[in-house]
Amino acid sequence: MKSFKYLDDTAILTLDTEKCTGCSRCITVCPHSVLAVSNKIAHIVDPNSCMECGACVKNCPENALFTNPDDGCGCAAYIIASWVAKLRGTPSNCAC
Amino acid sequence: MPRSGSNEIAGYTISPMVKSFYSTPTGPVPQVASNLSFGDKLGTFRARIGALRSSYRIAPGIYCIGSPNASSPVLVTGNYKLSFDTLRKELSEIDCWILVIDSRGINVWCAAGKGTFSTEEISYQINKCNLDQIVNHRKIILPQLGATGVAAHELKSLCGFTGVFGPIRADDIPHFLAKGQISSEMRNITFTLLERLSLIPVEICLFWKSLLIIFAITFILSGLSPNFFSLNSAIERTIFGSFFTLIGIVTGAALTPLLLPWTFFRQFWLKGALLGVLTSLATLSILSGKNLAENLAIIFWITSLSSFLAMNFTGSTPFTSLTGVAKEMRRGLPFQIVSATIACILWVMSSFL
Repeated sequence: MKSFKYLDDTAILTLDTEKCTGCSRCITVCPHSVLAVSNKIAHIVDPNSCMECGACVKNCPENALFTNPDDGCGCAAYIIASWVAKLRGTPSNCAC
Repeated sequence: MPRSGSNEIAGYTISPMVKSFYSTPTGPVPQVASNLSFGDKLGTFRARIGALRSSYRIAPGIYCIGSPNASSPVLVTGNYKLSFDTLRKELSEIDCWILVIDSRGINVWCAAGKGTFSTEEISYQINKCNLDQIVNHRKIILPQLGATGVAAHELKSLCGFTGVFGPIRADDIPHFLAKGQISSEMRNITFTLLERLSLIPVEICLFWKSLLIIFAITFILSGLSPNFFSLNSAIERTIFGSFFTLIGIVTGAALTPLLLPWTFFRQFWLKGALLGVLTSLATLSILSGKNLAENLAIIFWITSLSSFLAMNFTGSTPFTSLTGVAKEMRRGLPFQIVSATIACILWVMSSFL
């Protein structure tokens, strides 16, 4: 189901095709079908659907994938808290 | 009167969802019901309105449904009770083991993001429960949304078990177990009207602390008058103003999520602002202020509040990226602050006109 789209050309997701062995683990875990394997190698076929959840990065045995490494669930309250924490130099923690 | 059963241990209470204890090589394992009781449903309701949150958890460890044997499947989940209930109610016809990870009472997806539903936690729990003595195979079925925190390929070296990612939704598990695989449709996350609806109560209920601050500020601003402070005006205008605050909350935290696919913009602060302008105009056509300044204050206030709450809803959706949310916040937040400030100035001004 692709009824929802967020911002285009925004999410950070890169794939190092030199490292990829085409094992397909990233295809299994991605909840938005962002990746697909063809010619024994993975390809980013729908970058604008990526929500940077990091499932593919975590499950790539070759470390071929990269996404925004900042943690946090992507809620505004958390981002405000982390901005405030950065200003005050204290660590932030998500309440949800 | 019979004596207490052998499973009643001093200092422990048997959970109402446990039907009996099932004998295994490692000792008795709680056998849970696959139908939800009234108490479970009440718990779900309380969790959905935010009355129970981090405290809504069950003890981590191994549970079972039906009469599993050494070759029965092992399903893994977190120890947020809402997650556990969602899983077990789909397994009525299935004999299986359920390994509950100590995700600190948080749902699988969020816990995976925070690192508590992790490769290490799963290995820890497998070893702690001596799962290798309970089953003769070496395979566990992981929830797909746990993949953010679990590297399935690293599990084997840590605990001897291999992880296989099952479906996202618990109701697809019977199909997955029967066929051994699932369609790509089941690997994609949905965000249906019903799913969005179930998130609304908590969005609204968790706002009450901020609401008290808003009431206090409204009270002070409403009382400011040509003769410094009027208590009468403060009370009267706070009641009047709070009605519009409520409209703003409903617009941002309920209407925007419901109308999500049909609100034109991609950025949430714009979705909320658009609906805020529309609902404030609609409300004013029924109940309007005493002058133009007050009416404009209401429009700016509802728009700002609705825009903020809509922006905050990004954290509850399964498709917004962190980079994207940060990007829209750098635009949305200044808009909301300026708009709310204008609303405050106009609200006070209207008493002096």
